Amino acid sequence: MLERTSFREGLRYRGGSSMWAWMLHRITGLGVLLFLSIHILETFTLSFGPDFYNNTMELYNTIFFRVAEIGLLFAVLYHAINGIRITIQDFWPALWRYERALVWAGFVILIFVFIPLAVWGLLPVFRGEL
Amino acid sequence: MASYPPAPPTGRFEMYSWLFMRVSGIVLLVMAVFHLLLMHYGIGVEQLNYQVVATRWGSPWWRLYDFFLLLLALTHGMNGARILMDEYLRAGGWRLVLKIVLSLLYLLLLVMGAWVIVTF
Repeated sequence: MLERTSFREGLRYRGGSSMWAWMLHRITGLGVLLFLSIHILETFTLSFGPDFYNNTMELYNTIFFRVAEIGLLFAVLYHAINGIRITIQDFWPALWRYERALVWAGFVILIFVFIPLAVWGLLPVFRGEL
Repeated sequence: MASYPPAPPTGRFEMYSWLFMRVSGIVLLVMAVFHLLLMHYGIGVEQLNYQVVATRWGSPWWRLYDFFLLLLALTHGMNGARILMDEYLRAGGWRLVLKIVLSLLYLLLLVMGAWVIVTF
C-alpha cells in the first residue's frame, strides 16, 4: 500500500542527500511533463498550416525560452540519471547500502554533462543575438 | 512503516506500473535524450520550421520514432503525476475528480500528438 504524506512532512523529515534526490526527481518529472504538454500542443499547430506553425515556433526564439530550455535540459538529465540510479538499485538490492555514494556520483555525472551543454545552449544569449 | 530499501508495490496494477516506469525510463533515457540533443544541439531550435518537419517526417521511420517517443514519454509522465496524486492528496472526491481530469488530458494529448504525426 502507498502511504500518504504531505510536502511539509517531507521537508520536516530531513533525510539528507537521498531525500533531496527523491524530491528533485518528482519536481523535475512534473516540469518535464509540463513542457511535454506544451510541446504536443505546439506540434499540433502543424495542422493549421505553415504560417501558423512558423509563428508559433518564433515564440521559442526569445530569451525567456532559451533560458527555460536550459531548465528543461537540467530536468531531463537529472531525471534520467537519478532514474537509472533508482532502477539499478531496485534490480540489485545489495546496492541500497551505497545509496548516498551513488546519489553523489549521479550529481557529479550530471554536472559534467550539464555545464558544457548549458554554456553551449546559452551562447546566443551571451553573444547578444537574442 | 515503509521498509528500507523500498519494496516494489503489491497488487497487479501497481506492480505493472512500477515495472513500466523502470522499463520505459530506460528506453526514454536513450530516445528522449537523443531527441533533445538532436533537436536542440544538432538541428537547433531556431532552425525548426514547417519545412524542416516536412523533410524529417518524409521518412516513416522518424514518424514511428516520434510516435513511440510520444506514447512512452506521455504515459510515463502522466503515470508519474497519478502516483503523486495518490501520495499527496487525501483519498476521496477531489482526488478522484483530478485523476479523471488527468486521464482525459492524457487521452486528449495522446490523440492530438498521434493525429498530427499520422496526418501531417
